[in-house]
Amino acid sequence: MVHAAKLGHPGGDLSSADILATLYLAVLRIDRLRPEAPDRDRFIMSKGHCSAALYSTLAAAGILEQSALDTYMKPLSALNGHPDRNKVPGVEANTGPLGHGLPIAVGCAMAGKLDSAAWRVFVLTGDGELQEGSNWEAAMAAAHYKLDNLTLIVDRNGIQQGDFTESTIHLEPLADKWRSFGWNVRDVDGHDPGALLACFGNLPAAPGMPTCAIAHTEKGHGVSFARNRPEWHHHVPTAAELEAAIRELEEHAS
Amino acid sequence: MSELFDCRDAFAQTLEELAASDSRVVAVVNDSVGSTKLKNFGKRFPDRLFNVGIAEQNMVGVGAGLANGGKLPFVCAASCFMTARAMEQIKADLGYSRYNVKLCGMSSGLAYGELGPTHHSIEDLAWTRVIPNLTVIVPADPIETRSAMQAIACHEGPVFLRLSRMPVPNVHPSDYQYEVGKSVRLREGSDITLIANGVLVSRALDAAERLARGGVSARVINMSTMKPLDRAAIVDAAKTTGGIVTVEEHSIYGGLGGAVAEVVATTCPVRMRILGAPGEFAPTGSEEFLLEYFGLTAQGIEKAAVELLQLVRGA
Repeated sequence: MVHAAKLGHPGGDLSSADILATLYLAVLRIDRLRPEAPDRDRFIMSKGHCSAALYSTLAAAGILEQSALDTYMKPLSALNGHPDRNKVPGVEANTGPLGHGLPIAVGCAMAGKLDSAAWRVFVLTGDGELQEGSNWEAAMAAAHYKLDNLTLIVDRNGIQQGDFTESTIHLEPLADKWRSFGWNVRDVDGHDPGALLACFGNLPAAPGMPTCAIAHTEKGHGVSFARNRPEWHHHVPTAAELEAAIRELEEHAS
Repeated sequence: MSELFDCRDAFAQTLEELAASDSRVVAVVNDSVGSTKLKNFGKRFPDRLFNVGIAEQNMVGVGAGLANGGKLPFVCAASCFMTARAMEQIKADLGYSRYNVKLCGMSSGLAYGELGPTHHSIEDLAWTRVIPNLTVIVPADPIETRSAMQAIACHEGPVFLRLSRMPVPNVHPSDYQYEVGKSVRLREGSDITLIANGVLVSRALDAAERLARGGVSARVINMSTMKPLDRAAIVDAAKTTGGIVTVEEHSIYGGLGGAVAEVVATTCPVRMRILGAPGEFAPTGSEEFLLEYFGLTAQGIEKAAVELLQLVRGA
């Protein structure tokens, strides 16, 4: 998709792909035929720039037509570079500017609590994104309002647009930060579906507390020449790179 | 002199009524329970008042999330902080995402007077009216505040309702019904038109009265919906009265004057005067002092209208 569109964010797509696949195929209670049903679980993709991963997952989950993927970022396509909830089924918020997803997720969780609803709220943020202060405003509110129906997953790939997070504005000790804000923190291998399933299988991690799952991931995961390289944040693969990457990923899958 | 009212009282009372009749209604505030007059709302509906603390970006995002979860959130905070601090959330989470959230910007314009330009909100209309899908409303009195609140509760889509704290008289009859996108002709007139909104509507009416004494027939239009704009009323004023004075408690750039001028210039060009804060940070002074300082009084409006009329008639 990114190769065809000549635009995109493949590094982060690959770091979040396993998380998204696990959520949509095994965790989220969403009726693929009624993705707007009021009792659905909410998933908010705060790192909206990884739209290719989100759209692919929505298609794999049967919520979005597979054929729509071919229109990614083409003129007048519903599949913009950043998701539009009014055009793409299953999208909850028009994200793209960073630091927006968690506040929205907090509001969703407040609504769920008010109704004593069974549905749950999940939100995926990047790690560099946590430099946006709005996240910490939302973090305080989530703990204050005891939103144990809310799970934040941090795609901790360690790299942001320009460089590694720790050499830009360091985030560590990240787990301690969330703990000090009143969250229950879990560390999980973000590329191990079994570990992710176990992490999401018994929620909330602690009653009365929001959960933060720090998913340790690798930018460009599964592609040897892209992995852990900042320039792959928005590098568009050449035809040769695409072919090599697909070969590697298929070998890994088999 | 007519009795004066703080529109926040009508706002708070109406919100309580809406909450009593519609279980979806919730309020979100930023440590502004007192300044939004929602103490009683909190007493009556304690679990439906979300105070997110001094955190405007989160406040607006939370509003979007509550709407996603089936609630009808009224997000209430000082207009200066709500708009400037959370503009990107207003754009992306409300306008672009089209979430059904009602932003209630309190103490707008120059209401904070001596507290200074950090607390004045004379840019908010310029900022909000460029956001697609966002309806922008500036009520003129308690009657319109109440009716507009009832209207936006039934209106699907994000709204910015701009309120003041400056006491104003009622300019509408008690049975007035606000309609989104429809202006109100409060006074007939044929020589010139005064288009105002918010707390300055009553001053425009006073100016029209003064003009009448001098033999000038001034139409007065309350353009309480800034977006969508009542273009027909503006075109008619341009065609039939030949000159328009706009009056707003806002910068003269990008607000009501700009909105009216965009219509006038592209449909029926006539001379205009745009009255407001003249693109500078206000000096120290009370709201009343500053309104006078910027010529936003009945006399100031009258003077601008007379000068405009001389220009039009001399041309």
